[in-house]
Amino acid sequence: MSESTIDMRAATDTPTPQIDDDQLNARAMEEVSNLNHPFGPSALQTTLLIARVTFREAARRMILWIALLAGIGFLAFFWTALYFVTKHHRPHTSIVDFREGVVMMTMMVLYAGSMMTSLMAVLTSCDTLSGEIASGTIHAIATKPVQRWCIVLGKWVGFVGMLTLYVLLIEGGTILLSWIQSGYRPPHGSAVLCLIWLQAMVLLGITMAMSTNFSSLTSGAISLGLYGLAFVGGWIEQFGSLRHVKACVELGILSSLIMPSDALWRRAAFIFQPPLLGAAGVTPFSGTLVPSEAMVVYAAVYALLSVLLAQFLFSRRDL
Amino acid sequence: MATLTINASRLRKSYGTRAAVRDLTIQVGRGEAFGFLGPNGAGKSTSVKMLLGLVKPTGGNALLLGQPVGTRAVRARIGFLPEHFRFYDWLSASELILFHGRLCGLAEDTLRHKVPRLLERVGLGTQHNKPIRSFSKGMMQRVGLAQAIVNDPEILFLDEPTSGLDPAGRKLVRDVIGEQCHRGATVFLNSHLLGEVEQSCDRVAFIRDGIIVGEYQMNAWQSAQTEVEIKAARVSSVAMERLKDFTNNLHLKGETLRLRVTESSSLPHVVRCLVESGAEVFSVVPQRVSLEDLFLQVMGPEPGR
Repeated sequence: MSESTIDMRAATDTPTPQIDDDQLNARAMEEVSNLNHPFGPSALQTTLLIARVTFREAARRMILWIALLAGIGFLAFFWTALYFVTKHHRPHTSIVDFREGVVMMTMMVLYAGSMMTSLMAVLTSCDTLSGEIASGTIHAIATKPVQRWCIVLGKWVGFVGMLTLYVLLIEGGTILLSWIQSGYRPPHGSAVLCLIWLQAMVLLGITMAMSTNFSSLTSGAISLGLYGLAFVGGWIEQFGSLRHVKACVELGILSSLIMPSDALWRRAAFIFQPPLLGAAGVTPFSGTLVPSEAMVVYAAVYALLSVLLAQFLFSRRDL
Repeated sequence: MATLTINASRLRKSYGTRAAVRDLTIQVGRGEAFGFLGPNGAGKSTSVKMLLGLVKPTGGNALLLGQPVGTRAVRARIGFLPEHFRFYDWLSASELILFHGRLCGLAEDTLRHKVPRLLERVGLGTQHNKPIRSFSKGMMQRVGLAQAIVNDPEILFLDEPTSGLDPAGRKLVRDVIGEQCHRGATVFLNSHLLGEVEQSCDRVAFIRDGIIVGEYQMNAWQSAQTEVEIKAARVSSVAMERLKDFTNNLHLKGETLRLRVTESSSLPHVVRCLVESGAEVFSVVPQRVSLEDLFLQVMGPEPGR
């Protein structure tokens, strides 16, 4: 310190309060007893509070509405196409051929829908933690008497709500339209929806986990990179299966273990088509290898663990 | 003896090999307004974040209200206005305060009465239903201030609360600080605006390079020394020699004599000495040492570095 010309006598005593200390303490205690919950809201209350605000926040983002419009556009387009297909259905075409055409079309639309759902899961959630950490929005929240893991859980619940509605609208709508127009009711329609929903959950979880430590852009890029890896891995697996190249099959399985999104889609596509069609292997989604139920369980555990990881990382990090 | 609400001892934070805070040792009492000052990069923000439990210290310990920092029981009793308060801008002001009140665990009944009252207090009573995105930076700070005091905190941390505020807004912040101290809360004020700190705080601490380099009772440095400017003609060299008995800080320029004495009681002696040595004294004007002067003295000429 430079030599000072000002007399700098540090205050050594504990400061004297302006008014009587006992009086202040009494007043403070009285105020504390006014608090309904002296340790803050319960974990459930916090989670629901954050979930509600996250749901509303997500609904405010342009991306949701654009994706929704695109989805409705798809549905409208699909409906129109189905209408013409049904109208021009010639009596001499067998019902099997007709259904095969409709199923193929429906699966294409379902695939586009699952892609949009996956993109939605990544793009809406990649900014939620990292963005709020970077902007300082989180500081006013994390200093409140709430557990940090509840903040992450609340956000997750909010996104799950939004994505569930999205899957129901886009994918549920597709299956419904196909059913109405062609009369084809997939044997396991709700399972198809669950698998596509789980695909979104896997991506949501991993994006949120990334978002606790990386920037929004990096988190999004990592998740989409993994999604791409799973997509390529899926085709490599199919190729390996057709040509009997074991190494390719194993590579494909490895990619599914790293990111099970594509495996979930392939299983969804397989169970959507009529059993005969699937077994015949004539659609692009009915390869000889179909991800097992164990893979679905793995994906569910993956989605759950990634949310837990996000909670753990967020609770530990400096804000 | 006052109850300590903030008691930090040798608090430290390092990021790899870089030490952001090397030694934070401070004690603040109940009902006190405490100013925390330092140049950019001195470790102010990290210090505040450690006290709030946002950042885990590398070493040392700190108690808030007698309990370890960061626990929920402590956080239920503190309030914080971050620098550049931001929030979901599609919420209205009252929705935002309601949200923060609920996060504090306040009952709905309490909040129903409290939210309008708080918004009225920060001057946003008529705009409670407007979305925050239509608010100016100053209005946003006011909302931030309201959320910080929604739970009647026992310690209120304010990080640059007056940045972006107009004079009326600054006065509001000063008034709120006064009210909070009066009801028994401790106010921990982190600010660059030394004038504001000078008007609001009872005590200040300076931090430089991650270490507390000085703590001062407000105005104590002024009562501890008096700088005066004396207009006098015919000040002889004999008079100047004799004045050195009272001070070693003495400058004569033309007919203006500036000197600093450690006790104001020695001023009559200074004047008598001048008159007896034949000088003609026209005026004796005490000079005020501002907090800014003190800041520059403590931090050196280039505090920002």
